[in-house]
Amino acid sequence: METTIKATNLTKSFGDFTAVDKLNFEVEKGEIFGFLGANGAGKTTAMKMLIGISKPSAGDAVVAGYQVSNQAELVKKNIGYMSQKFALYDDLNIKENIQFFGGIYGLDSKSIEVKYNRVVENLGLQDYAKQLVRSLPLGWKQKLAFSVALLHQPKIVFLDEPTGGVDPVTRRQFWELIYEAANQGTTIFVTTHYMDEAEYCDRISIMVEGEIKALDTPKVLKKEFGVSSLNDVFLKLAR
Amino acid sequence: MSLHINNISKSFKDLKAVKHISLEVKENELFGLIGPDGAGKTTLFRILASLLLPDEGSANVAGFDVIKDYKKLRKNIGYMPGKFSLYQDLTVEENLNFFATIFDTNIEENYDLIKDIYIQIEPFKKRKAGDLSGGMKQKLALSCALIHKPKVLFLDEPTTGVDPVSRKEFWDMLKKLQKKDITIFVSTPYMDEAALCDRIAFINQGEILQVDTPSAIVKNFAKEVINIRTNSIYKSLQVLGKYQYTHSNYPFGESLHYMDSRDDFDPNEIKKHLEDEGIEDVEVQLITPEIEDIFMELSRE
Amino acid sequence: MKKFIGFVQKEFYHIFRDKRSLFILFGMPIAQILLFGFAISNEINNVDIAVLNKADDKNSIEIIENLQASKYFNVLEELQSEKEIEKAFQKGKIKAVVTFEKDFAKNLQRLQASKLQIITDATNPNIANTITNYINSILTKYSHISLKQNTSPELVGTESRMLFNPALESVYMFVPGVMTVILMLVSAMMTSISITREKEVGSMEILLVSPLKPITVIVGKVVPYIFLSIINATVIVLLSVFVFQMPIVGSLSWLALESILFIITSLSLGILISTLSSTQQTAMMISLMGLMLPTILLSGFIFPIESMPLPLQVISNIIPAKWFIIILKSIMLKGVGFGFFWKETLILLFMTFVFLSISIKKYKIRLA
Repeated sequence: METTIKATNLTKSFGDFTAVDKLNFEVEKGEIFGFLGANGAGKTTAMKMLIGISKPSAGDAVVAGYQVSNQAELVKKNIGYMSQKFALYDDLNIKENIQFFGGIYGLDSKSIEVKYNRVVENLGLQDYAKQLVRSLPLGWKQKLAFSVALLHQPKIVFLDEPTGGVDPVTRRQFWELIYEAANQGTTIFVTTHYMDEAEYCDRISIMVEGEIKALDTPKVLKKEFGVSSLNDVFLKLAR
Repeated sequence: MSLHINNISKSFKDLKAVKHISLEVKENELFGLIGPDGAGKTTLFRILASLLLPDEGSANVAGFDVIKDYKKLRKNIGYMPGKFSLYQDLTVEENLNFFATIFDTNIEENYDLIKDIYIQIEPFKKRKAGDLSGGMKQKLALSCALIHKPKVLFLDEPTTGVDPVSRKEFWDMLKKLQKKDITIFVSTPYMDEAALCDRIAFINQGEILQVDTPSAIVKNFAKEVINIRTNSIYKSLQVLGKYQYTHSNYPFGESLHYMDSRDDFDPNEIKKHLEDEGIEDVEVQLITPEIEDIFMELSRE
Repeated sequence: MKKFIGFVQKEFYHIFRDKRSLFILFGMPIAQILLFGFAISNEINNVDIAVLNKADDKNSIEIIENLQASKYFNVLEELQSEKEIEKAFQKGKIKAVVTFEKDFAKNLQRLQASKLQIITDATNPNIANTITNYINSILTKYSHISLKQNTSPELVGTESRMLFNPALESVYMFVPGVMTVILMLVSAMMTSISITREKEVGSMEILLVSPLKPITVIVGKVVPYIFLSIINATVIVLLSVFVFQMPIVGSLSWLALESILFIITSLSLGILISTLSSTQQTAMMISLMGLMLPTILLSGFIFPIESMPLPLQVISNIIPAKWFIIILKSIMLKGVGFGFFWKETLILLFMTFVFLSISIKKYKIRLA
């Protein structure tokens, strides 16, 4: 098995406050890894380090083959990122968004064209290609955003609370897309505090006060804590 | 009746946000409006809180018409919008005092009502609301909405974006409040919160799909739901997607939920079909449908 | 009333906790006054002027000496006839000519208006204007000090003619202008932003659902800014008097009253803007583009209205700042009484009334 993320004593402090305390974990190629924690548990800080926009105070992580401490630019080139808050420009149409994001990842116009056609075809968006993204239903926007995050064929895609609040049917369609990408060998790293999102992951870690307090498959965790849902696992850990 | 909604509709330009909704909520009921983002929950809440005028239909809250008696109505309801809407640059105490003042009351007068909630944030009363954690903000917002002892409390997606621990605490608080003579009308996109309400209404694309107690909704659901575990959810989904008898087929965490298009069938048939297609470790099990199964089925129709 | 006090208290919390708006509130007026003040006083140091003294008597000679003694002017030549004025300007060295009529001193003694004419090169109207202001202030001082007995400042009647731009007014411009701009900025922009902030954050929803009356919300928003604007106006007046030795000739109480009126006009404009916009950004844009620019450009603060093309002159009439600047000039520089600016006061009152009635009508008791 190939490891795509390996964190070693990854730490971040702000003054006296240690937001992320010596994280150690590995994520394998093609794995869907859920990164859970309550608000303020440090998961956003940890993810910022993993995607190369924040420097660790101590320790390091290797992401997509590069060290986040001193090869952040290479890390950024080899990962994709999608957050629920911002994913696409609302005032550009589908094609313009794809051209823009393809462009910033250094794709040439010919391959952008090829990818654009593929995305539009896969998602069945042919009739909407010229519409502003603003006018698309939320579920489609998210599927499109995910496809855009995959444009440059990154080894890892980081998803920040990707399906919160989406209707249940769309959410499942979205997860099918994620399964498909994982099946093709893309590693998926999902940060969330929605436990129902976590249930879909191959393995999950739960952060509490800057430390990883549990890390395993949802099934094992539920068994270990003797409860029927991840929500209960979470409640037990957080107390 | 504490809440009486009669054939309410509301459009924004060409978007029909709420379509002919009728609902009744009893006194002291904890009523849940359940549906995804964009289903029309917030629009309905704003109409009921007299913040929006309906295009047609009428509604009555605590005996006051939402259009004609809006002034009286506003004195008798508590409203907590979806977005945290308190003053971030004011401290906990200043926020609470402010809302008490504009409702002609003071913290002492109704302290009994908010005590259980406020006591948890009281240690931070000198802290600015903007510096509170999500769960604490929510408790403060709830305290502010309750400070004038409203008859009906409207909570628009109070638990969105809040971690599971705070969510649980929040629902516990609502249960306690209910005993203090307050009708609670709450909306949520989380299907798993449905079971915590006395009665629920499913809402999708501006329409009410069903109204009943959570247990009755589950009991009356006509279709059988099969839970399937295999070695690969992704492959199983694809196989079942092409299966001739598949009615619906959705991933549910580590397993998937399957409904058959036939009225009568043997779950083992499906197991066999999956195994024939090369899927391993197949386990099938007839389960009690989850609220989410039912919502998805209803919203398909 | 308790509700109202609670509301005002909350507004003060907002204001004093927001460092940025505090800076705009108190830093900007001081910075602007100092900036304008020094920029202008630097501009006219040792400006070359010429005199045409047809009287050649005691008073006219004294005035010329006063001009020469000031650090602002240097009397370069004495002209002999009016014909030479044009020539002198064409040489480009001198910026202004001061002429005294034949019986200057005699007219002064007879308590009659004696004529003194200031002619400036108005190719740069701003400099021309400033020069006129300075000469005027020297004349004012002279008439105060030297002609004390039974005389009033009007005695030395000056008549300025702007060559190439004849009707430019001769007053000390920048203090009234800056004061107007700042009161407008603080009052209109800050109120409109503070109201739209509530809309944007969502707290307006809760205020609407509460039993607060619209009028309480509006007045509660306005009262704190009335106080702050009054403080600002006072700071500006103090700065201009003590730092720039600007004389305030007229009545201080009228100055205060008219300033309060203008503050209220601006506040009502701010409320109007906030009813039209739903985000702080729009409110800011409207305030800047729709208020600040016209106030600076069309009010006569920087560019004389009389030299504008006709359409702009017409538009300038709907700008409250124009009328307030006229009032300020009348009080601060001319020292005339209410009789001279009652018309402008009425216009401002009327504008305030219109803004407020539209705002109250437009203030929504509901969302959207």
